[in-house]
Amino acid sequence: MSTFSELLINSYREVPDRVSITVLLSGQEDRPITYRQLVEGAAVWANTFDRQGIRPGEVVVLILQHGFDLIFAYWGAILHGAIPSIMPFLTEKLQPDRYRADLTALVGITRPECIVTYPEFEEEVRTALPQQSSVRKLIVSNALSAPETLDLQAFKGLQRTEQDIVLLQHSSGTTGLQKGVALAHGAVLNQLNSYSQALQINEQDVIVSWLPLYHDMGLIAGFLMPILKRIPLVLLSPFEWVRAPARLMHAVSKYKGTLSWLPNFAYNFCALKTRDRDLEGIDLSTWRAISNCSEPMRYESHRAFYDRFAPYGLKESTLCTCYAMAENVFAVTQGGIENPVLIDEIDREAMQARKLAEPASTQKPSVKMVSAGKPIRNVEVKVVDEKGHDLPDRHIGELVLRSDSMLTGYYHRQDATEKAIRNGWYFTGDYGYKVGKDVFVAGRKKEMIIVGGKNVYPMDLEEPAMEVHGVHPGRVVAFGVFNEAAGTEDVVIVAEVDTDIQEERDVIGDTIRQTVTRGSAVALRHVYLVDAKWLIKTSSGKNARTANKEKYLQETSSSEL
Amino acid sequence: MKEEFIQKIGAYIANEVLKQPNRVIKPDQALISSGMIDSFSLVDLALFVEDNFNVHLDDSELNKETFDTLDQLADLIASREA
Repeated sequence: MSTFSELLINSYREVPDRVSITVLLSGQEDRPITYRQLVEGAAVWANTFDRQGIRPGEVVVLILQHGFDLIFAYWGAILHGAIPSIMPFLTEKLQPDRYRADLTALVGITRPECIVTYPEFEEEVRTALPQQSSVRKLIVSNALSAPETLDLQAFKGLQRTEQDIVLLQHSSGTTGLQKGVALAHGAVLNQLNSYSQALQINEQDVIVSWLPLYHDMGLIAGFLMPILKRIPLVLLSPFEWVRAPARLMHAVSKYKGTLSWLPNFAYNFCALKTRDRDLEGIDLSTWRAISNCSEPMRYESHRAFYDRFAPYGLKESTLCTCYAMAENVFAVTQGGIENPVLIDEIDREAMQARKLAEPASTQKPSVKMVSAGKPIRNVEVKVVDEKGHDLPDRHIGELVLRSDSMLTGYYHRQDATEKAIRNGWYFTGDYGYKVGKDVFVAGRKKEMIIVGGKNVYPMDLEEPAMEVHGVHPGRVVAFGVFNEAAGTEDVVIVAEVDTDIQEERDVIGDTIRQTVTRGSAVALRHVYLVDAKWLIKTSSGKNARTANKEKYLQETSSSEL
Repeated sequence: MKEEFIQKIGAYIANEVLKQPNRVIKPDQALISSGMIDSFSLVDLALFVEDNFNVHLDDSELNKETFDTLDQLADLIASREA
């Protein structure tokens, strides 16, 4: 066993001129980064952290865009032995109020010692910090101090042990930022060993990724695994991919990409939004595994993607699946590598009413469930009922897991850690069932919205909407509604307002959209304004999101929107 | 001509993006910087413009610096058509 710094330094010594990452940015030449360049670039940051008095074991929050600064600052923190955590960067100018709320949430719980950002955001970040915060240093990306010589032995990260925490992962939003998943060197490396075995990684492999690095899928599968395991990585920007999804196919074709990870919506998005003209001369035959991961997997999405790209050499066997979460570092299961992904057609009524995954009969409505595959080595998965008792095959319950790659805990959140881990088992909050070793995910317990592969807590959308003038305080509800065409959830906000003048309602609706989109970077698909007393409240006064969602669906399906 | 662009694209945004068919979008109303159109819908908008006006918008142009209102978008289309 080893640590991140040791592995990176070994690569520097053994294969200094091997290209680790090729960065693809619009309007620029593709830029390769060798292991030598990676260590040299990171050394500048490591030296800067050291000079600024940041000590090993302290938390460094990175507020940087997808690109070179982020790559080097991340590894610089690692080499210095500090604990990096990437905070999502908003593309539009930050909305000070919302950003302040997010930063306060993060700083309040995680208590980072250092924040890194661009000079142009320094002032904004500084004003967003609470008084007397834990943050001792705010480092800007143009005030770095390069070391006089590169002394590999001097990196303080080399003194870290397997049990030490190497990184924190947060999900986005005020709520998500309050729960940082703390992972140790040993846990991450155990995961990378068993996951690369499950993927049957070989010398021909090239990973192509456009995923953001603040998310576990992008960070682990699309950044740390390739760098630490010496698998060449071709890295695209999420902001550029979303405007031109064919960039992914171009990168795979040009660099003979073999492995990628995509959230379910991306299958629909790529299939629907690329034109033949954008795909001329493309060859996708090298792509051997695209793993559908991070939001509910849909059979229809796989079909649409395959039909669209088969003429360009995409193989059907490329369509793989994966069930993953930051609390297990990343992958829990992987499907489609050894055998084609199992499709299980089950009876819809039995699933919904009796929590049973019964094979469908021909007469009744059915659902095609996509297997997430089998647990990777060193991960055990069980299905349990509400009391925590094991359930047999084809019974739907909560998925729980145990492995050698689990989180150390939620950082500074002993309460949340104890709630999630019981007797060594991590309770995922996802519903699912098993058939033999295959795991099927069938819903979730937590009130999270998963939109475009991103986890969103409803309260993080409701709170800013409640602050909009004209909205009844406390009378807002947010939820996700699955959109078949998009292959993901649409975010809906229902808000009670006083006025019935259409122009005023339009203004309120626009302001809600603007406030929520700019504050959380989540686009609302539908803002539904209703009269006072429309929302259903539970007896405790708490928001009954499910009941309100049903009421919304009834109203909007029976009348014109 | 320009009015026709504005009307047609405005109706598209009201129907498909905002899901408010009766909504009229003003020619000078901010679309991107206001958060009305998110990045996912921008690609759709570009495809709509291409299909209906036979004008190609490059992905590097899908930002508020290139156009942020119907008025600016209509000008952009008109300049390409010439």
